[in-house]
Amino acid sequence: MPEQTVIEAVRDTMRNEMRRDDTVILLGEDVGSRGGVFLASDGLIEEFGENRVIDTPLAESLICGVALGAAVNGLRPIAEIQFADFMWPAINQLIGEASKVRYGTNGVKTAPMTVRVPYGGGVRGGLYHSQSIEVLFAHTPGLSVVAPATPYDAKGLLASAIRSNDPVIVLEHKRTYRLVKGEVPSEDYTIPIGKAEIKRPGTDLTIFTYGLMVHYSLQAAEMAAANGIDVEVLDLRTLRPLDADAIAESASRTGKALIVQEDTPAVSISSEVAAIIGERCFFDLDGPITRLGPPELPPMPFSPIQEAAFMPSPEKIHTAITKLAEI
Amino acid sequence: MSATANKPSNSSETDSDQLTGARLTELYRMMVLSRHLDERVWLLNRQGKAAIAASAQGHEAAQVACVEATDPSKDHYLIYYRQFTAMLALGTEPEEMLRGFLAKEADPMSASRQFPLHGAHPRVDLFNFSNVIATQLPQAAGVALADKLKGSDAATIVYFGDGASSQGDTHEAMNFAGVQKLPVIFFCENNRFAISVPQSKQMGIDSLASRAAGYGFPGVQVDGTDVVAVYEATKAAVARARAGEGPTLIEASVERLLPHTTDDDHTRYRTAEDIERMSKRDPIQILSDLLKRRDLITEAEDEAIHAEAKKRVNEATDTVDAEPYPGVETMFDHVIEGSGGNS
Amino acid sequence: MVFNIELPHVGESVTEAVIGKWLKAPGDQIEKYDPLVEVTTDKVNMDVPSPATGVLTRILAEEGETVPMGSVIAEMEAADGSVSVGQDAGETAEPTSSPAAGLAGRIGTVVQGANVGPTGGEFLDTSLSAAPNTPGVAASSQAASASPASPKARQKGFSPVVTRLAAQHGIELSSLVGTGLGGRVTKKDVLAAAENGDSGAGAAVQPQLDGVSNDDQVIVPSPIRRMIANHMVKSMSEIPHAWSAIEVDVTGMVEWRSASKDSFESEHGVRLTYLPITLSVVAEALKTNPRLNSSWIDGNIVLKNAINVGLAVAAEEGLVVPVVRGANEASLVELAGKLSGVVDRARSGSMTLDDVQGGTFTLNNTGSLGSVWGGAIINHPQAAILTTEAIVKRPVVISENGADSVVVRSMMNICLSFDHRIVDGAEASEFLQSVKSGLEAITLSSDLK
Repeated sequence: MPEQTVIEAVRDTMRNEMRRDDTVILLGEDVGSRGGVFLASDGLIEEFGENRVIDTPLAESLICGVALGAAVNGLRPIAEIQFADFMWPAINQLIGEASKVRYGTNGVKTAPMTVRVPYGGGVRGGLYHSQSIEVLFAHTPGLSVVAPATPYDAKGLLASAIRSNDPVIVLEHKRTYRLVKGEVPSEDYTIPIGKAEIKRPGTDLTIFTYGLMVHYSLQAAEMAAANGIDVEVLDLRTLRPLDADAIAESASRTGKALIVQEDTPAVSISSEVAAIIGERCFFDLDGPITRLGPPELPPMPFSPIQEAAFMPSPEKIHTAITKLAEI
Repeated sequence: MSATANKPSNSSETDSDQLTGARLTELYRMMVLSRHLDERVWLLNRQGKAAIAASAQGHEAAQVACVEATDPSKDHYLIYYRQFTAMLALGTEPEEMLRGFLAKEADPMSASRQFPLHGAHPRVDLFNFSNVIATQLPQAAGVALADKLKGSDAATIVYFGDGASSQGDTHEAMNFAGVQKLPVIFFCENNRFAISVPQSKQMGIDSLASRAAGYGFPGVQVDGTDVVAVYEATKAAVARARAGEGPTLIEASVERLLPHTTDDDHTRYRTAEDIERMSKRDPIQILSDLLKRRDLITEAEDEAIHAEAKKRVNEATDTVDAEPYPGVETMFDHVIEGSGGNS
Repeated sequence: MVFNIELPHVGESVTEAVIGKWLKAPGDQIEKYDPLVEVTTDKVNMDVPSPATGVLTRILAEEGETVPMGSVIAEMEAADGSVSVGQDAGETAEPTSSPAAGLAGRIGTVVQGANVGPTGGEFLDTSLSAAPNTPGVAASSQAASASPASPKARQKGFSPVVTRLAAQHGIELSSLVGTGLGGRVTKKDVLAAAENGDSGAGAAVQPQLDGVSNDDQVIVPSPIRRMIANHMVKSMSEIPHAWSAIEVDVTGMVEWRSASKDSFESEHGVRLTYLPITLSVVAEALKTNPRLNSSWIDGNIVLKNAINVGLAVAAEEGLVVPVVRGANEASLVELAGKLSGVVDRARSGSMTLDDVQGGTFTLNNTGSLGSVWGGAIINHPQAAILTTEAIVKRPVVISENGADSVVVRSMMNICLSFDHRIVDGAEASEFLQSVKSGLEAITLSSDLK
């Protein structure tokens, strides 16, 4: 079984989808001749030409507005926003416009577009190359939001996003791009949007998490196993819609929930997961729903000690596991 | 009677690129119908039946003339909230217009989920996704980009006002269209007021069209009350687009004869003199005079055209007034594919 | 001080450089930022600037050599104060993950050192996963947990899943011993109880057991019985028991009680037995011998502030231990009242949660059944248990004015079992002496309230 890093899986998936369907195009800053600043589109312009791999001007609202217009006129655009931190000008076109195309035209118009964006920190990215931006999109009816953590999931979810007939935001944690390597079957497959996955089954408590934190949580779970605590790790994979059934099933079964997140906790995905667990698992809980996240600071300081203090880590997760398990 | 019943399927079948007398008269008929319907909608608002309306009075000539120069069987139209007349020119029935204003179930654009004139047209490729200003310009660039990649010679016409020209999206869209030589016509109906903000506070220039040079394509300023001038300017822009020569910016100078919307009172920011002066640039009056000068219609025929329009408006109002509102059952449809019971 | 000069990490996705011309030689005086040597990488040609002021002493990488970034290429003698010792957050390799069985391949592994920098290039991981040992970091680790569970908080009440499971399985929560933090009854405790007591419904079903012959009778224990059994095993296996006993001359107490009981009963409306008296004396003795009122918790001796004495009571289903709280603060009358109440409730099976929680010491009146010696099992997690044995009239030798004589006295043995991790023989004896002297101080003319 071939192994790939996350970035290789992303690149291959785009290539496969563009071969499979010639209405798929890619547009964004530096996606063409440079192959993308993370090399996500390396080699694509050579294969598909500059009509289908488009270097746009430096204008995020434009990128997403053009993607929307093209989607409405028969193409399946993948818009790449270079960094999540630069997404904000595009909010209008995505949340204000794209999310409501189908609803606002009573189904006459649809917007089969995908927006890919690297996010997240722990890369010495400072305040403007480290942000997590999932919350606003995950709050918006009409959008879907996915956040794969592994190469296998990156391929399956990105393929689903591109093939979806509605706008999908694909959040790729930039630190996982080359950090995580795993098996990726070469044959065609998709992962349905809206399905979480148990990455590590366990019995004593469940960690609910996504993105880079999946890997940190798995490391923490191994540390805990050495102390006789059996931790289940549920990778949310899709942030909108959240797989409430999977969340509730796991929380009810283990009775203890630890939600681990890199984004600041106030009004976040973890708040929503906690609400779902509270609503659906009340009579099955053996301990308080617990959240682990960074401090409420603008994410995140550039200097190394402060960045490390900001980021959750396997050690911090392990401490939280131990505290919750011993109640 | 459909507003476009007598329109040939392809405008190029006329003698030349010029408008024939017959077509001019047809366009006049459309403008008159639009005027009467527009007035009726305003009244419906004052009756409390139409929650909100933005009038196109003063814009009628620019809108019909622009549409006339295009091909609704293949071109794309991204409108904004003031394209009342353009909608009619593109074959929308008065009943369909009223369904939007009265928020009825059978509103074809959005099943009344949106403001009137928002949503997507059932028969031509016309749409207006939102009430947010200028977001349609980058979208139009996207539509045009898709046509370019598909090798289609369709043109994309995107409408916007003077206020929208200040938005960042406008700059970004024009810039990109210029770089990629996209087949898009940026059609600005400049009535010199963005609600109450006059042009002198909106931009540091006298002519919006002059900005096009900054993006590498032609900008044309025309008298928006002159049907022929607008038609010819648009025709040229459409030809450029179809030939792959890139975008054009057309600035049609018009008057906004009524306040911004039914919620506005323009006497708060416009002088009485100004309002009096602009009422002289009424395109209905101007075209009526022209048609009579050219012996294309008589006074009696003019009156008949007005009477017929009023009758049509009355019929449409009565029909739609009796129709139902959408029920709760359809509220969950079309959020994403498969949502609700009917998507 | 000797200072190592390293080839610095410069340039995106670049890991090594070729050494070019050295611009300084050993022995040369160098200023901070002076160019030292030319190097060539895949991306850039550059001069390596000196990190400090001082004297170049050794060159360790020769011209033409390819050297990985970070390796030492020269040494210098640096002038003190010129070297800025940067906050080297330390290099920590990314710990490798061992993925869950069954998903291992697809979850993937973490590749050492394969880091993408903030803007796309290679980035050197200088310890981002491990929180360094600074107080600020420790504090923010605390802050990082949005709702931490405080280990010191005593868990009050039962969690939703515990109440639900208990109701489902018909388990008496008050009889459960909690293994959770602070003695909390956990989901596991209830499930274990359910599993053990599950077959308690019908005694008609004979379980298959070894060593059982056809005419033996197998009694399947009730949940309560199981609880008691488990508790006893836990106590014996965990606590190293030691024993000590002493004789107490309770003649005075007997006389006092005999003379006082009628008026006591009519005045206070409650029966006067020996129990409140011994309880009162024992409570006082615990106050002056606090180690007998403690618990061995996680390797620490925790001295309990409250003196809550449990009384072992034979109820219908088995031994129960209702607790008299604050036994050292109550008057004799109050104690008598409390005792009467809890014992009644214990016998009738109507004890409340309050009745059984929080005991710090246990008193067992085995003498009421005629026992004269007992080695009771400590009520885990307490430190000791005291039995009061039967009061027996015995001939006893008394010395008075140098002369010995034999008299008949009411004698009662009191027997202590204690946790030898916490209490030594001497302390045990001191405690027993306190109780003895307390009891022996009671005479007919005592005014006990």
